[in-house]
Amino acid sequence: MKNLKQSILISLWFIFLTFPLMVIRVNTVEQEVEWRWINMAFIGVGAFICSYIWRYLMARKEKGGNEEESKTSWHQTLTMDKRYAIPAAALILTLAIIFPNIVSEYRINTMISALIYVVLGLGLNIVVGLAGLLDLGYVAFYAVGAYSYALLNHHFGLSFWACLPLGALLGAFFGILLGIPVLRLRGDYLAIVTLGFGEIIRLILENWNEFSFGPSGIANISNPTFFGQEISRSSGILFIYYLMIALVIFTIFVVNRLQNSRLGRSWVALREDEIACQAMGIDRMKTKLAAFALGATWAGMVGVIFAAKTSFINPASFTFLESAIILSIVVLGGMGSILGVILAAFVLILLPEELRAFSEYRMLIFGASMVLMMVFRPQGIIANVRRSYEYHGLDGAEEAK
Amino acid sequence: MADKVLDVKALTKTFGGLKAVDSVDLDVKKGEIVALIGPNGAGKTTFFNCITGIYTPTGGDVMIIPPGDAPERINGLKPNKITAKGMARTFQNIRLFGNMTALENVMVGCHCRTKANIIGAIFRGPSTLREERETIQKSYDLLKEVGLTEFVNEQAKNLPYGAQRRLEIARAMATDPFLLLLDEPAAGMNPQETRDLDELITKLRVDYELSILLIEHDMKLVMNISDRIFVVDYGKKIAEGTPQEIKDNPAVIKAYLGED
Repeated sequence: MKNLKQSILISLWFIFLTFPLMVIRVNTVEQEVEWRWINMAFIGVGAFICSYIWRYLMARKEKGGNEEESKTSWHQTLTMDKRYAIPAAALILTLAIIFPNIVSEYRINTMISALIYVVLGLGLNIVVGLAGLLDLGYVAFYAVGAYSYALLNHHFGLSFWACLPLGALLGAFFGILLGIPVLRLRGDYLAIVTLGFGEIIRLILENWNEFSFGPSGIANISNPTFFGQEISRSSGILFIYYLMIALVIFTIFVVNRLQNSRLGRSWVALREDEIACQAMGIDRMKTKLAAFALGATWAGMVGVIFAAKTSFINPASFTFLESAIILSIVVLGGMGSILGVILAAFVLILLPEELRAFSEYRMLIFGASMVLMMVFRPQGIIANVRRSYEYHGLDGAEEAK
Repeated sequence: MADKVLDVKALTKTFGGLKAVDSVDLDVKKGEIVALIGPNGAGKTTFFNCITGIYTPTGGDVMIIPPGDAPERINGLKPNKITAKGMARTFQNIRLFGNMTALENVMVGCHCRTKANIIGAIFRGPSTLREERETIQKSYDLLKEVGLTEFVNEQAKNLPYGAQRRLEIARAMATDPFLLLLDEPAAGMNPQETRDLDELITKLRVDYELSILLIEHDMKLVMNISDRIFVVDYGKKIAEGTPQEIKDNPAVIKAYLGED
């Protein structure tokens, strides 16, 4: 009842505020004033509904915070229970394989970029989600990967397959390079330094013409070959699509294993409490460097694929905005949650494409949905899966003794 | 003095002009429970932070003598190195890994006694799997030891206060220490919980052949379980001795109650 009254008041206030803009129109040609009362009705009803829904959701959020955590959610059953996990994975894989045969080339292209962001998100997830090191310059490693393929290919004619591991290695190397000076920093300070690092890499690429060909970029990067066979541009896209699917599976596999290992636990411990973590015998330096290096490895690898996909790269592809998008993927998906990051990558990359129908409102809707997301689900689409880390087998063994 | 496990000589720590710890001597013998007491702000926790490597001491020596090993000076070593050498601690303001489960907290404590690396984590070879199983088993046993089996898969931040304190002890025990340092383990506990803690500490000492150094304000607990007590005030050691000697020491009474 109180909500109803509040919402009515809010809608009246909105009617009043928008009255001069939405209702009155002075027609200067015919020297008369038009009264568009219908607009007033729209504003009133719209404001009322929005405000009521908002209040209802807020009230529900405050009430229902606890009961949600206690019961196992659908995604936990899906990822933990083998009975569901295997069929679900098989279904998704089949869909992924069929996908390029039923859609246009444009769709395949957007899907490839979504998959690229999935891998980037999972890589950054190691650094930000697990180890809790806020990295705002992650795109720098992506650039390192892309340019290492472009330059090695341009100067030495190295093939895609030779450059893929090289890109990963260079990514890891730059990860350590960034990691060393920031070992003592955390939180906001770390964010600023990584931001600076990202910009340095971009500025070098933009201004060191002899090295990177400056803003004009590098064109005619070779396509990947398939066991030594040249592939045409159109089937090349198909090939890269399947390559990305394979890389995503590989990434999920590795990140999942890392997350549930001794190293993964020490990352989370580092995120939770640095001093206690050290007091428990964990080497802070090694752990941080491992996080930076492993995170950057994925960016380096996927950078190589990006360069192969577009066959042209320039520094404009590696701006701060890219870092921000990758970070949003991790935060929106849920820090440390693999499934969440994957979903968020699809939403953030595919949604703007799908919203093209709304033309100029596209980014507005996009931004609004992000704000709403953070208000109502600050823990992300899927909160950290780590919480369901169970040891039933052990408990059973203990009782059996 | 072959049976000492910790020997601190003239430890000094200054912050700018302030002498937080002023040439304090302290030693812990094998299998002993030693208490460090003093009024608020006396420098007890600073002393702890100095010997566990969180601060680097300004002066003095911190020697550890692991049972069956040569003495070693550990001034200025990193905290993780000191823990690896066999000195584990808990914190005054609980510092658990809140979003990890109780079991995982203890498993983190096993870190410096295990050695699976990145490659092992990815390929999960037989040795990694065995190590992981052993870690889980050891951690579970430790939780059982401190009576937290009902909370195994509970997130640490959701545990009751007393259980969090005990979980911190279990986590420290997971590092296989020969000397356990407890910073106000009974702070904020009710009398029943304090009695349980009393029992737990005595049991741990026997079961694991531990030496224990603790900071505590709860005088009943201190008098009950300590073999020897050191008293500090304004960074200086003002007394040491058995509980009875400390109780009757005029300097201690003065420090706690003030002069007439």
